[in-house]
Parts: sequence; structure tokens; C-alpha cells
Amino acid sequence: MADKILKKLYIKVWRQNNAQDKGRFETYEIENVSTGSSFLEMMDILNNNLIEKGIDPVAFDHDCREGICGICSMFINGRPHGPDSAVTTCQLHMRKFNDGDTITVEPWRAAAFPVIKDLVVDRTAFDKILQAGGFVSVNTGGVPDGNAILISRDDAEEAMDAAACIGCGACVAACKNSSAMLFVAAKVSHLAKLPQGRIEAKARARNMVARMDELGFGGCTNTGACEAECPKSISISHIARLNREYLVAKFSE
Amino acid sequence: MSNFFTASIGRKFLMSITGLFLMLFILVHLTINLLLIFDDSGDLFNKGAHFMATNPAVKIMEPILGLGFLIHIIWSFLISWENWKARPVKYNKQDLSKASSWSSRNMLILGALVLVFLVIHLYNFYLKIKITGSPLLEHTNVGGVDMENTYNLVSSLFIGNWFYSLLYVAGGILLGLHVIHGFWSSFQTIGLNNQIWMKRLQTIAWVYAVVVAVGFSVIPLYFLIKF
Repeated sequence: MADKILKKLYIKVWRQNNAQDKGRFETYEIENVSTGSSFLEMMDILNNNLIEKGIDPVAFDHDCREGICGICSMFINGRPHGPDSAVTTCQLHMRKFNDGDTITVEPWRAAAFPVIKDLVVDRTAFDKILQAGGFVSVNTGGVPDGNAILISRDDAEEAMDAAACIGCGACVAACKNSSAMLFVAAKVSHLAKLPQGRIEAKARARNMVARMDELGFGGCTNTGACEAECPKSISISHIARLNREYLVAKFSE
Repeated sequence: MSNFFTASIGRKFLMSITGLFLMLFILVHLTINLLLIFDDSGDLFNKGAHFMATNPAVKIMEPILGLGFLIHIIWSFLISWENWKARPVKYNKQDLSKASSWSSRNMLILGALVLVFLVIHLYNFYLKIKITGSPLLEHTNVGGVDMENTYNLVSSLFIGNWFYSLLYVAGGILLGLHVIHGFWSSFQTIGLNNQIWMKRLQTIAWVYAVVVAVGFSVIPLYFLIKF
């Protein structure tokens, strides 16, 4: 069955030349978009049209286009990654829109994520948080025996659920406080649930939270918007674990 | 413990602990208040109020309660300001309705409205009972003990007075909306939550909020309708 064609769409997109520029919205018309195309493919077509008209194409981040890399940050019609749940922008399809719609596309908005150009934001703040403790300091020797350290299935599963975080920043973008708590919680949790991660658990929780605060992210008020908009549906129960890890680390200081 | 109370989680910890403490207080407050509607002579409530006013444990708790309120209120404005600063450029179009509950997003507004109610409430009762006194508080004798007629002060505020009755109903509902998020959220913040307890806590929060909202609203409505 052939995909339906959206005859005309209006794309209201944020244009900003560089970090210093104040920026503004521009509305572009686009015709004959297949409902089977992904949102990013629609953006490709739009850019193609813009280039033909001699207009600077809209800068946006994209890479794997299969929902793993997490780079395709777009705030579409008021929601990170648009009107679908548990998807990245590349997994969002045009069938979620209707003919004649005006689609508002904005970059992630947060003090810690400054806009570089158009829809591209600087997410190195996440890297800085990871550098503060999101790792295990180990001497990489030979491969150890698989049964040397036993881990319960539940713990392994929960650690894996947290490890599903792709660092896309939708949690920050969705949060009314621009809080990075779900990201930090996922990164602390996937190590906290495993014996290898326990050794540095206290320093990790302390240092990553301190770095997160320093970088200008807001605080968590448990609205749960992050979990709802997370492309990997990471649970806010990991935030409870982060709080627990952090409080234990702080009280034992 | 260095920088604990300036760190984001440390500040939230304070909000959570004071919130839990205030929610415990609300339950005690509601329990005593409900005596109002179980004895129309007022003796039962007067006894309860007299017990609370003369109990040494309550006397010790009173300044701690005041401190709890102060910290909870001041910190809420501080935290909200910090959170507001975390997004200097706002979205042109933002739709949070699908991702989070209304009350969870509007805790500051709900809290501020409860604060306005609290000021009026303190003016109505606390000020008159503790500081200025009122002719309505003319002493009464319950079972041989001389005590202030607090029942008279409370009932005369509501009987035939639509404005105050509805204001107190609104206060109860606002408080209910505030704690429906606040209850489970405070457990989450101190780390006492996981995937199993998430649903349990949210259910208990819902029950607690309904008890608070209905419990406090019933009292003015009882006086308004019955008398």
C-alpha cells in the first residue's frame, strides 16, 4: 500500500546564525511529503529546496538514523522528538502529522545547552558530567571468568535498562526546570547496580551531581516529564536511586 | 557534608523533609478539627483544642513547626528561581500536558495559594486564640475544667458565612492538589522509592490528598448547611 502524501506543510523553524545571534523563527512551505518518510527525511527535502532557492539550509544534528546515537535533537510541536512516545526524531514519521499543519521546530532550550547554529546545540555538558565519574577505573587485564562475580538477573536487567540511555538530552529539553537528573541517574544507576561499580559509587554520585549543578542544569521536581519523553523510556525510579546514592555518599562524608 | 545545602539534591532534601513533617502535622490538625462535626455542643472539640494548647509536647513542637513552614516556603522560592534560570530562552511552543500532571508542574503556584490561605487562616484563628483574644472565646466549662470556647470561634466564622466557608473549602482543595504530588515526590527525593513502590506511593498520595481535601472541606460545609 502506497503511503499517503501530505500535499502541503508549513515548517516554522528556529534560525540562528551562531551562538551570538539573537535568532528568529522562519516559516517555510514544503509540498508533497510522503507520510512514510521520517521527520529527518522531510528536513532533508526542505533543505534541498532551500539550497535550490539559494537560502542557507537549516542546520540540524543527525547521525545513525536508527534511534541509537541520540544526536537528532529537535523540539517539535512542543515536545522533544515530536508527537510520538519512546522515539528519537529519526524514528518519528510524517504520518504523525496532517495535511496543512504548521510544525514548530525548535532547538533544545537550556542554559547548559547553548545553541551553536539553528537547531544544533552544544551538549558537551553531558560529556563533562560523565568525565566527573561516569566510569569504572579498572586495570584492563585478561578477560575474567564469567562466573567469577555473580550478579542477579534482576540487578543485571535494571543496570541494562539504565544503560539504555543514549545521552540525547530529551530529559533536559522536556523538563520544566531543564534538569539533567534522569541522565545523571541513568549513568549512576547502571554502574551502581553492578558490583564493579560499587567500589567508586560514593565518589561517583558526589562528583557527578556536583558537576551537574556547576554546569547550570536545574533541579528535579519529580514531574516525570523526562521519563515520558525519553526515547529509551528510562524510569524515574533511577532518580530515586541517584538521590539515595548521593545522600548516602554525602552523609558518610 | 560540605556544600550539602547548596547542592541541588541537598536543597530538595530539605524541601522533602520539611514537606513530610508538614504533612504529618496536617494529619494531626485534621484529626482534631474533625471533632468539630461529631459533637454539636462543642465540648469534644474544646477538649481537643484545650489538650493541644496545654500539652507540653505540642508546646515544644510549635516553634519547630513554624521553622518547618519557613524553610519549606523560603526554599521553594529559592529553588524555583534557580530552576527558572536554567532555561533563559523559553520555548515558543511547549506541550507538557502529555508528559506530566498539572499539579506536579504547578507546585509553586499551588503552594503560594496555600500560603495566602494560611495567612488568612492564621489571622482568623491563631492570632485570636494566641495573641489578641476574642469575645467569642469566652471561657466555658467542660467536665469541670475551665477552658476557652474555641468551638464558638470556629463555628461563628462559618455559620451563615458563604465567603469564609467557600474560602476554606478552596484551601482544602488547593492543599489536596499540592500534596497529591508532594507526598510521593518527597519519598522519591529522599531516595525511598523504586519501581515497585512508585505505584504504591502514588496511590497512597492520592488517598492522602483526598482525605485532606475532603476532610478539611467537610467542616465549613457542615456548619454552613447544618446551621
